[in-house]
Amino acid sequence: MTDVLIVAGGQGNPPSQNTLELLGAARRLADATQGRVKAAVLESAPTPLTAGLFGYGADQVFRAEHPLLNGYQGDVYVAALSQIAAQAAPQVILLADDSCGKEVAPRLAHRLNAGLVTEVLAVEGDGPAVLFRRQMYGGRTIATLAAQRFPVVATVKPRTMTPASELAGRTGEEIAVALTLEASLVRTKVVQKVAEEVRGVKLENARVVVSGGRGLKGPEPFKQLEELAQILRGAVGASRAATDAGWVPASWQVGQTGKTVSPDLYIAVGISGATQHLAGMTGSKTIVAINTDPDAPIFKVAHLGIVGDYKAILPKLLEKCRDLTQG
Amino acid sequence: MHTIVCIKQIIDPEIPADQFKLDASTKRQVRGGLSLVISAYDQNALEVALQLREKVGGKVTALCLGESGAMGAIKTALGMAVDEGVLVSDPPLLESDPFGVVHILAKAIQKIGVPDLVLTGCVSGDTGDKVMGPLIAEELGLPCVTFVSKVEVKDGKALVRRIVEDGYELVEAAFPLVVSIISDDSNVPRYSKLKDIMVAAKKQVPTWKTADLGLDGERVGAGAARLQMRDVSIPERDSKCEILDGETPEERAERLALRLRELKVI
Ligand SMILES: Cc1cc2nc3c(=O)[nH]c(=O)nc-3n(C[C@H](O)[C@H](O)[C@H](O)COP(=O)(O)OP(=O)(O)OC[C@H]3O[C@@H](n4cnc5c(N)ncnc54)[C@H](O)[C@@H]3O)c2cc1C
Ligand SMILES: Nc1ncnc2c1ncn2[C@@H]1O[C@H](COP(=O)(O)O)[C@@H](O)[C@H]1O
Repeated sequence: MTDVLIVAGGQGNPPSQNTLELLGAARRLADATQGRVKAAVLESAPTPLTAGLFGYGADQVFRAEHPLLNGYQGDVYVAALSQIAAQAAPQVILLADDSCGKEVAPRLAHRLNAGLVTEVLAVEGDGPAVLFRRQMYGGRTIATLAAQRFPVVATVKPRTMTPASELAGRTGEEIAVALTLEASLVRTKVVQKVAEEVRGVKLENARVVVSGGRGLKGPEPFKQLEELAQILRGAVGASRAATDAGWVPASWQVGQTGKTVSPDLYIAVGISGATQHLAGMTGSKTIVAINTDPDAPIFKVAHLGIVGDYKAILPKLLEKCRDLTQG
Repeated sequence: MHTIVCIKQIIDPEIPADQFKLDASTKRQVRGGLSLVISAYDQNALEVALQLREKVGGKVTALCLGESGAMGAIKTALGMAVDEGVLVSDPPLLESDPFGVVHILAKAIQKIGVPDLVLTGCVSGDTGDKVMGPLIAEELGLPCVTFVSKVEVKDGKALVRRIVEDGYELVEAAFPLVVSIISDDSNVPRYSKLKDIMVAAKKQVPTWKTADLGLDGERVGAGAARLQMRDVSIPERDSKCEILDGETPEERAERLALRLRELKVI
């Protein structure tokens, strides 16, 4: 019997995409072992999230309401989740591998004296053990890790798990958790938030992603990529070479350290296809590569490719895509 | 201001795919003749520490747990003009899982003297767990901020730039503090100067072993691992790329657009 606790994010109903993916993974693992799916909700005031969680597969919701839970703060989240975990007593705790989950999961595992595995691509029961798959060596390998002790805290790589679907009329048990949290716990404070992805769709949710790399040789050509993304109603991404050069914001990075995307269409322009980049985009349905080097590794994962200079290719591609999508 | 930067020595992670080999029994990468480097983001972390020293003074210590050959990584860091280095090297320790590694690194940090700032890379280039920064913070009971590209000191506190999904945040925290570093254009690692490399070559670097650190044997080594590696494999990539040709680049671009239309992706 494997009881799984997921840490729900967002506030709405239906729950956020990350939360649905956690619920999907948790439900499959629990069902295979006659376990239960539990969800932790951290909020400063009631939201529709709890109802949504039942509809998408949670058996129990541990609802913790506290004024300090007004937005993510690491120290408070770790303290709150430690207390919820003590009450819910799960074998497996799943968090989304997003900027909060990445910070919280190791700290929570340390406090719970638990196992820890990050960026999980698949999880399944194996008798009394639980198996996790994840990439290692910058995406060059896939490792299977068996939990030796419980609980085990795991972060789930976004856009890799099948999300839960809604089961109409499904309900569950809501459990109010009385947290002991002091304001003195708070040791870090966000003094300013700067949103950089303003235009169009969010990169991680986009159905079309147009990414640029070092081959563009500067920030200017990204304007053309933005134009193409706009025509295709997509978002612009980049390789680490391009973000490190400061051509585009760091939050546009796709890959091991950046975002994982799995759009219907991924267009890589001037990107060689290092494994660390591929780690973030090989889930894309159709991959297009535009590169001067016919031996670039990106052609090993691409479905369609053009060997050539982007400078000669992009203007015509823009024109033709505009014609086709407006016609 | 004293900063300790945790650096990991790894096999160059950017080698071409055909040079990457796994050892079936140890389930680890085979070194072969491949070169060793300081893990990418640890180099950015060194740069952040050095820039901070230039601004507010103080010193920078590089700390590494690794094989005896990892002295090379410490020397490279000293060549970037880091002030001190410490190597922890004892073969059984190298089999430790992240909870073992954090125990060792934290003990070494305490032996050096808990500094104002501990920096790690946001992710190591081989195992790539992305956990060591937050684990060190917990082990030492310090606050932490992860995925930070810039660290400044303002009114005696740290003001750091944390990269998040939709942009960045400026986060304030008091010292002592643990920060994990991600790259951007503000922390591109510097080149070493010949003079510093020469000083580095002569510099004494202590190597600590298990007995020097008073480690808890229950926490380190292969036996303490909380997860067991069952299997590791290199996924096959079946390349069936359709290369679009045409006399001119324009023709190829046009064909691409038409193929995308056929496939109904645009
Ligand atoms: C721990 C770690 C984590 C990493 N994480 C990430 C990550 O999250 N994301 C990421 O992207 N990288 C990551 N990297 C870096 C990665 O290893 C590569 O260095 C990086 O992806 C290379 O970027 P690139 O393809 O843009 O540049 P390059 O490898 O330099 O490739 C540029 C390409 O452009 C082509 N080109 C040149 N001129 C033209 C032209 N005129 N027209 C068309 N094509 C042209 C070239 O043929 C070449 O293939 C990571 C590395 C490490 C060690
Ligand atoms: N053996 C080690 N010695 C020194 N620092 C390490 C070691 N292992 C991990 N680190 C630090 O922890 C960071 C993150 O590693 P990881 O959690 O493995 O992705 C690295 O970038 C290093 O800064």
